[in-house]
Amino acid sequence: MAGTVAERRAAAADPEGRIADNIVYFARALRKAGLRVGPAAVTDAIQAVLVAGIGTRDDFYWTLHSVLVTRHEDHAVFDEAFRLFWRSRELIEKMLAMLSPIAPAPPQKEKPRAGEKRAGQALLSSERDDLRKEEKPEVEIDARLTLSSREVLRNKDFAQMTAEEIAEARKAIGELLMPHDRVATRRYRPDIQGRRIDPRSMMRMGLRTGGDLILPRYRSPRRVHPPLVVLADISGSMSQYTRIFLHFLHALTEHRRRVHSFVFGTRLTNLSRQLRHRDPDEALAQCAEAVHDWSGGTRIGEALGTFNRLWSRRVLGQGAIVLLITDGLERDSIETLSHEMERLHKSCRRLIWLNPLLRFDGFEPRARGMQAMLPHVDELRPVHSLDALSDLCEALSTPPRARRAVATVNRGLGKPVPA
Amino acid sequence: MSEPKPRALPQSIDETVSLLNAADYVADRALATVLFLSLKMSRPLFLEGEAGVGKTEIAKVLARSLGRRLIRLQCYEGLDVSSAVYEWNYAAQMIEIRMEEASGVADRDVMEHNVFSEKYLIRRPVLEALTGTRGSAPVFLIDELDRTDEAFEAFLLEILSDFQVTVPELGTIRAEEPPIVIITTNRTREIHDALKRRCLYHWVDYPDAERELEIVRRKVPQANSRLSEEVVNYIQKLRGMDLFKVPGVAESIDWASALAELDKVALDPETVSDTLGVLLKYQDDIARLREGESARILNEVKAELAAAG
Repeated sequence: MAGTVAERRAAAADPEGRIADNIVYFARALRKAGLRVGPAAVTDAIQAVLVAGIGTRDDFYWTLHSVLVTRHEDHAVFDEAFRLFWRSRELIEKMLAMLSPIAPAPPQKEKPRAGEKRAGQALLSSERDDLRKEEKPEVEIDARLTLSSREVLRNKDFAQMTAEEIAEARKAIGELLMPHDRVATRRYRPDIQGRRIDPRSMMRMGLRTGGDLILPRYRSPRRVHPPLVVLADISGSMSQYTRIFLHFLHALTEHRRRVHSFVFGTRLTNLSRQLRHRDPDEALAQCAEAVHDWSGGTRIGEALGTFNRLWSRRVLGQGAIVLLITDGLERDSIETLSHEMERLHKSCRRLIWLNPLLRFDGFEPRARGMQAMLPHVDELRPVHSLDALSDLCEALSTPPRARRAVATVNRGLGKPVPA
Repeated sequence: MSEPKPRALPQSIDETVSLLNAADYVADRALATVLFLSLKMSRPLFLEGEAGVGKTEIAKVLARSLGRRLIRLQCYEGLDVSSAVYEWNYAAQMIEIRMEEASGVADRDVMEHNVFSEKYLIRRPVLEALTGTRGSAPVFLIDELDRTDEAFEAFLLEILSDFQVTVPELGTIRAEEPPIVIITTNRTREIHDALKRRCLYHWVDYPDAERELEIVRRKVPQANSRLSEEVVNYIQKLRGMDLFKVPGVAESIDWASALAELDKVALDPETVSDTLGVLLKYQDDIARLREGESARILNEVKAELAAAG
């Protein structure tokens, strides 16, 4: 049978062959590059190569690809790694020869070593990267109420969290009780006061008595937290609150299951994975590294546009709540901002705007950006003081007074109050 | 329709390509490779990609050309065991209990056995998929997995690793031969790594112009070659634009057949403007194209095709 071609090849392969070793090294290189390749995936890859046989470079590429890549984002990294790793020295051709039952493999000792060495180098260089993370002077500019759309790329270091702070953060998040933060699912749980009959349970219980007595049993829909998507502004005008947000996001990610965090200044960065790191300091350090536009300018509209286009369909499913943390000071096109806000509002279940600028007494949202955003939010929540994480939680926990808040603000603008 | 005879699985990547080709599915080498591996290694195939690139179609084509039954599990929010795996026919069970009481069956075990017998078991897709006999395992399509929730995903994890289901009242039902599993997702949510790890992953991308033209030619034979070429080139240009939702292959096919129905032999600005709704499903995108970009793209397409001769 033709199916045994690969098996014959495998059987004929030199037991001293280095294909398996090379795949292992390749997988390790991928892991270094950030792909999540577990030991099981490596075995699978070897098995897949044996099953498919090595026909051409392309087939080999896609064979490894199918096993080692599990996210579309990783494709580019794989592509590059493959090109580098299996590059010169006609490694694949040699492996072909090794696998081929006709041509016996010539002794190949030093060649695969090269791959090994390169993987080792990749390993070394990343360690060097770690060392290079030197202490950068903290750029701390109090830039409240100043804004620009200029793109300034800055790095940022965050002060480490003390043990008390961590404990406090956990406590605050644990007590965080956002209104409208439960949605009914279409799954059920047994409930004596439920309104729906649970036939499965009735039948099971009924048979305990031999079917003499089938009593009604009830169930009601299970309620869960919907996904929460946080979009936080990290531009210059918000820079003094950034640390608090990130701690908030980290604690939140730890506490609830479906949290997606994005930050934006002049560009949008997804920090969900970085924040999933257990240790808050480690998570924040990774965030600091991932974001390039700390305390820069603001392009809210554009950032929201990017979010709408690239992410909204991926993270806004299942009745997600969007929490937008920004001061709304936009310098770019107000039209874009209004348009993107409308789109965002229409694609999520609830849009909450948390605005730290409203803490200043007598502040009125005269900024055009704020005017553009206001009609499209479900709730506007001011934060009166934002020195600790608990303030943020408190602002989110107060019962909704959305209509009133929006109405007052609108009155301030001389706009008609929505009914 | 008579039950088609099950065919053996392809034995090489080339055979897989020709199998798909014979069923009018124009696949690239990458997809054929992954598909072959998944068949050969009996691993589920995890297909991710934008809507309308032919993910679901792969399962259908596979079932058709291998002569297997296609069992489809359409996922949705709140999908649970009773609609995915099995359910008991409660009404019939009640009657059974009454009947037994009337005929004086007193033994509780006997009664339980009769009430929870296969007769009253309603099989849902997952259970159906586990009933394949050797050499004719069905194709099990789990469509749009991203629409369901994590709880179901976790349940699926168990099925996909053991291919068995336990019905407490009946016992364990195990597949004689595991089904050919194809999972599709539109990426409206990230699927957990644990599930992906059990599958072979493939991102189904938009096809290049050449392959897309081949697809349109095969699927819409009534459109003439000039029209198909213009349609494909126009759509390829659209995909390069910054649109909210770019058209997929399904839209190309729809558009080509719509234009062919209108007896068009080539694209002209009015027709394009009138039929944009077939291609684009967001008002913003349509408005943007109507504002003039459409004419520009059309001119480019015409010029390029003229230059190519």
